[in-house]
Order: sequence, then structure tokens, then C-alpha cells
Amino acid sequence: MAEGDLTLKVQRFDPTADKLPYWQSFTVKPRPGMTVLDALFEVLNHQDGTLSFRFCCRAGVCGSCAMVIGGKVRLACETQVAQFVGKGDLMLSPLPHQPVVKDLAVDYTHFFDRLKKVKPYLVGKEPYPEKEYIQSTKERQPINDPIDCILCGSCTSSCTMAWTNSDYLGPAALLKSYRFLADTRDSVPDERLDIIEGESGVWRCHTQFNCVEVCPKKLNPTEAIQKMKIKAFKRKLFGRRGTKK
Amino acid sequence: MYYHKILVIGGGLAGLRAAIESAPKVDTAIISQVHPVRSHSGAAQGGVNASLANNPAAKDDTWEKHAFDTVKGSDYLADQDAVEFMTKEAGPCIYEIEHWGCPFSRTDEGKIAQRPFGGAGYPRTCFAADKTGMYMLHTLWERSVKLNVPLYEDRIMVDLVVEGDAVRGVICLNMKTGELEQFMAEAVIIASGGSGQIYGRSTNALISTGSAQSTCYRRGVPLKDMEFVQFHPTSLFGTNILMTEGARGEGGYLVNNLGERFMSKYAAKAMELAPRDIVSRSIQTEINDGRGINGQDFVHLDLRHLGREKILERLPGIRDLAINFVDVDPIEKPVPIQPGQHYTMGGIDTDISGATKFKGLYAAGECGCVSVHGANRLGGNSLLDTVVFGKKSGQVAAEYVLGKKTTKEGEGAMNKCLRETKARIDGMLSRKGTENHSDIRAEMKETMIKKVGIFRDKPLMEEALANVRALKARFANITVQNKGKGYNLDLIRALELEGMLDVAEAIAVGALKREESRGAHSRLDFKERDDVKFLQHTIATYSPKGPVITYSSVKVTKYKPEARRY
Repeated sequence: MAEGDLTLKVQRFDPTADKLPYWQSFTVKPRPGMTVLDALFEVLNHQDGTLSFRFCCRAGVCGSCAMVIGGKVRLACETQVAQFVGKGDLMLSPLPHQPVVKDLAVDYTHFFDRLKKVKPYLVGKEPYPEKEYIQSTKERQPINDPIDCILCGSCTSSCTMAWTNSDYLGPAALLKSYRFLADTRDSVPDERLDIIEGESGVWRCHTQFNCVEVCPKKLNPTEAIQKMKIKAFKRKLFGRRGTKK
Repeated sequence: MYYHKILVIGGGLAGLRAAIESAPKVDTAIISQVHPVRSHSGAAQGGVNASLANNPAAKDDTWEKHAFDTVKGSDYLADQDAVEFMTKEAGPCIYEIEHWGCPFSRTDEGKIAQRPFGGAGYPRTCFAADKTGMYMLHTLWERSVKLNVPLYEDRIMVDLVVEGDAVRGVICLNMKTGELEQFMAEAVIIASGGSGQIYGRSTNALISTGSAQSTCYRRGVPLKDMEFVQFHPTSLFGTNILMTEGARGEGGYLVNNLGERFMSKYAAKAMELAPRDIVSRSIQTEINDGRGINGQDFVHLDLRHLGREKILERLPGIRDLAINFVDVDPIEKPVPIQPGQHYTMGGIDTDISGATKFKGLYAAGECGCVSVHGANRLGGNSLLDTVVFGKKSGQVAAEYVLGKKTTKEGEGAMNKCLRETKARIDGMLSRKGTENHSDIRAEMKETMIKKVGIFRDKPLMEEALANVRALKARFANITVQNKGKGYNLDLIRALELEGMLDVAEAIAVGALKREESRGAHSRLDFKERDDVKFLQHTIATYSPKGPVITYSSVKVTKYKPEARRY
């Protein structure tokens, strides 16, 4: 290995052939601007065609390539390799607690199933207006952050509550629920609160802040969950009308 | 064998919009290579055009003015009836998506905010910060969940089944299991996106390889106007990640190494907001003439004068990208940019409803060509194209299916096609060649950007065509190292490349034969537009020896071709 080279230690696993995952090392030559995703392609193209990983936009917007990089959940496409050179092997493993399709590619089925439980769509007030709903910039403010979620799964994969209870909706789905609850155009806050205050909802959050720590978009699902706890709690105290502020 | 009455291939904006339209009426399923929210539509930033007249500076904007700007932007190659349809439908389609939850940015009155964009007479580009595509994509996926549209993800379409003049279904490779699967249908809507990865320096997602498009082409579906490839003026130097046109819409400057706003030399009136073909050529001319920054292959996109507040509110996404990928904060420093391949104006030849040559086969979005973009697409019109023609193709496909007997015909054809596909893939896997297909891919990308790029001429393009044909020959001698089933990227990328080489050839041949300059097709040996000979669409039909080129007429309604000045 030449000076300045980087060794990737990649967790390999083919569930149809391997009993257990194992680690395999590859050495790449970092060039300026090289990302972890670029490095994985370098391996795929020139060293080992059997490597599997997910990718798409390579610009941090599609949420395909979240994985554990050097002990931290990050997006491979926006993580520069230069920061790891000279610091030992760079460990790469799939998102934790998700079923592995192969190597670094995980199966998102359960992740999206959780999301589908929270009515992840706007139920607009009807009849629809002839043109757009009027929503001031101030009214849009509470959803400015939650709409930036790219559904990469980093948060839910890092939440120990989601690990131990597969029914728990988890931070990504709850953030999505909050996004609609906070949208002035939505018409079914009570239905949403019924879902999130249930057994698998907000009360399972133990405020460990793992989700906040790993979010590549710097969002704050924990805060959204606490805000929904307050909404649910107020509704219990003051009755259903209490939710309409 | 799976069966649905309508299959939509692709879960991006056009595919989702089509499925949302047809699913309530006719059993419809979506097949997608990635989960819908991962689609390349999500990378669109700047916005979507509609003459809503919400901006105080656009009070007298109309769909007719939008239509004129689009036709002029297209260098008169767009079909004007289709453009009129699109611009008329724009408003209702945008309101609809807003009602479904799309979080547009707002005006002071709480209406959908609109910003100026290139080639447009009024600020008519509706936006949601600089992540419009992503928000629209999530909104339509959410709507598809509400409607319970079945989704088959991690599947790549590897063959189209046609029998006589009708479509019967598709063959897919299940990427998770590695098995081939048959999907039978009464109608198929191709909405698989563009093929930008054929080019080096592309802003496109890595999955934008046009695999479904090339599959259709190989099965006899003609491609239209493939030589018209859009180069976006502002892609990040190094990675070619998109820096939205919205940056210039909000007032950003383009500056060369002399500190000049050089657009004054090329489009004195529109300046940085001239259409993309013109701005890209201007930047490339500056670079070619040695006025790139430090003599390198880039100029500066300067946003500093917009101020911190405006950048954080209107352009937060590209600020993050510039910080992450070139370590430049646009609030403090100008961003190094160069033109990058961005969009394929051409695509599967369709009529105004998305219908193709085969009964029951439709195409919508970037993979298709109606044509509404002609020789040069205006920024903000691609998102519009996806929702307007996605919806239309969903409508028309549903009507077609409801109006015919659903006899599940074609099992024989499905099985025959499955056997052929299996033989093709097994052949690829068992080939013990000496070529690495990733090298062939890299050479194709380099050839196309260098020789069928922003500026073209005959000798360069002849070289390109010879190169592509040589690469096709070398492809016959590849090895796919990975013989496994699950998530076999090696195989998938080889399959994609096979199709990309066919499409690259169609682009090069179409470009060589078009002896004029029009929109994004700019020839140094034929500098003028030639309406006598080439006010026509190029139609490329597959043959094993290479594309057969014919021409079809352009629909002109009320906008007579004239010189294009900005």
C-alpha cells in the first residue's frame, strides 16, 4: 500500500450463500473530491464486481446510500474520503438493524411500511379551492424543516427503540406525521393524533437523540416527537377541540 | 406471471402522475428500479413553469405567452399544438399538486411563489426553495400511497413484449433475487427518465441510463430528436452536480477570469437569464478562449451580492451542495461551475397523448418526446412536462384499456420473450471476454461529451460514431465477473451499457445528419438554422446495422419561425 492510499474494510454478506457477515479489505487511491461512493465504484469497477451497494443521485438528495462509515451513519455520496486518510482502515457496513439484501444494500420494505402507517399524505380541506390554498410564509414555517426529510432511513436505523420494537413507528415516520399535523392545509389532525398517541407512537420515544445525531439533513425528529406528545397530551386534557389551538 | 391492466415503468414524477391518474379507474401498478422517492426527479431544483401570474411583475402573464417563450426557446422545433396543450394545462396541474400537499414557497399574499427563469418573459417558475423536484416527488409518492397503487421496486425492465402492433407486457430483472419476472398488461406506460449517463460531465443521477428507453428502441419503437442534448450552464466543477438556474433567477452573476459579466457579449438583454443553450455556449466560449478562472475549465457563479438571508431562504440546497462538494460557501465566495449534460430533449417518439407506434404503449416524461422542448428545453418546463403528460398518458391509457376486451392475450409472446431475455443474460454471464465494461462505459462518456457535445462538427462526430461502434464491438468481448443473483450491479451495469451504446449511436447519427445549428445542436460547420431542410423531427429506428433515420414534420400553429434573439 502506497502512502496516501486508503483501505476500505467492507462488511460483506450474501444472505443466500453466507452464514455470517465477514470483512473484506480493498485499497483505493484517493483523488481530490473523491467520496465514499466514488471509492465503492472504484472497487466495483476495477477490483471486485461482486460488491453491492445502493446509489442514485450522488448529490445527497435521494436517500439511497446511507450506511455506517467510520462508525457513523452517513450518506456515502456526500462523505469525502480525504478526512479518513492516514487514520487507519475505513470501516463500511450497512445501515444497522435493517435486513441486508447484499453487502451494503439493505431492504427498506419495513422502513416504508412504518411510514405508510401514519397516513403519509395531506388530506386537504375540501372542497379544494379553485386555485391554491392560501398559506402565508409564517404558516409554512413549522414545516420548513420536516419537508426536507429524504427518507434515507438513517434515523430509524439508529433508534434503539425502533430496534427493540418493530411496531414502533420510529423517528422518520413520526417526523412525516408531524409534517402533516403542522401543515395548515391539512384537515385530519385528530386522525393523525389517534395514530401517533397509540401504543406504537410517540410515547415510545425515550429522547436518546440518536436520530438527531445521525440525520444527514440536520433535522430534528426528537423535537417533532416531543411537540406531538404535547399536542396529544393537550387533547387528553382539554378534549378534541383543544387540538385546534 | 404478474398481471396488471396498466403497468407504469418508472416511479419518478411522470410515472407517479400517470399511475395516480389511471389507478382509480383501472388496475395499475408501478415498476421501478429504485423506490419512487429516490428517483432522479427529486434532483430538480429550480421550479416548474405555469402562468399563474402570482408574482407582481407577472400580472399580465398568460398561457399563450408561456407557449410563445417555449416555442422560441425550442428554436421552433417543438410541436406547437403540444406546447399549447402543456401551457394551458400548467395552472390546473400545479394547483392539483399543491392541493395534494406540495409545499411551495409563498408570496406575501400566501400564494405559490414564482421566480424568473431563463428564456421566460415573466417570472413564472413556481418554486419550493431550491428543492422543487424533491418536494413534488414526495408529494406524488404520498398521493400514490393514499391511492394504494401497488409498487414493484428494485426491478429493472430488461425487455418489452410486443406482438404484432400491440404491447403485451414487460420482462423485468428482480434486482433483489436476480430472477427474471414476467409482467403482463393491457397497456404499458414508459416513464423511465432520461439517458444522461451516456455523457461524461452529466448532472444526472447514476441510474439515468435510459435502460427502458433503449429496450423499447431495440424492440422497434422509434426514437425522436435524439441529437438534441441539453447542457446545463451551471454544474459544479469536478462533480457536475446541478447548481439551479434559480441561482441566476434570483439574480446570480456569471463571471470570467477578468471579472466580467461576460453574458453582456452574448445576450445583452437577457444576460444570465438567456435560455440554457445560449448560456452554455457562452460559458464554453469563454473557457475555450482562455477566460476560465485561472485558465481552467470553469467560470464563476457569483451569488455574494444576493446576501446571506436570500441565499438561506431561496437557495439553501445548492449552498449545502457547494459546501459539501467543493468546500465553497456561496455566501462568501463565488462557486466554480461549468456546463454539464443535463437533459435529453429527444426520446421515445410519441404523439400529444403519449401514444407510440404500438397499441397500448405510451411514454411520458424525459424518456419520451412529444415534442414540447424541441431543440432546447426551457428551465422549469421539464417538471411541467412530467405532470402534464404523465397525467395525460394515464388518462389515455385508462380509456384505451376500458375500451377494449381484456383477454390477457399474449402468453405465448411473453414466454418467448422470457426465453430470449434469459438466453441474452446467460450469454452475457458466460462470456469469458477480456474487456472490462466499466472501461467501455467511461470511454463512451468521454467520447460523447468531447465529440457530440456543446460545439459539434462533422470530423468530430464521425470520430465519435466510429468510437461508439468500436465500443459496441468491444462490448461483445466483456466479462461479467459477478455470477451471483442478489443485487448484481456488475450485470445490471453491463445490461445498461448495452442499451446506452445503442442510444449513443442514435444520438451521433442523428447529429451528423442534421446539417444545421438549432437550439442545443450547434455545429461549427453549419452555423445557421435551416428551416427549409431541417424544420423536421429526426426519427431513428433500430436496425442491427445502426439507426435508420427518417424525418417527420413539425406542427406549426401560430408561431412562425423567426430569428431567436435575447
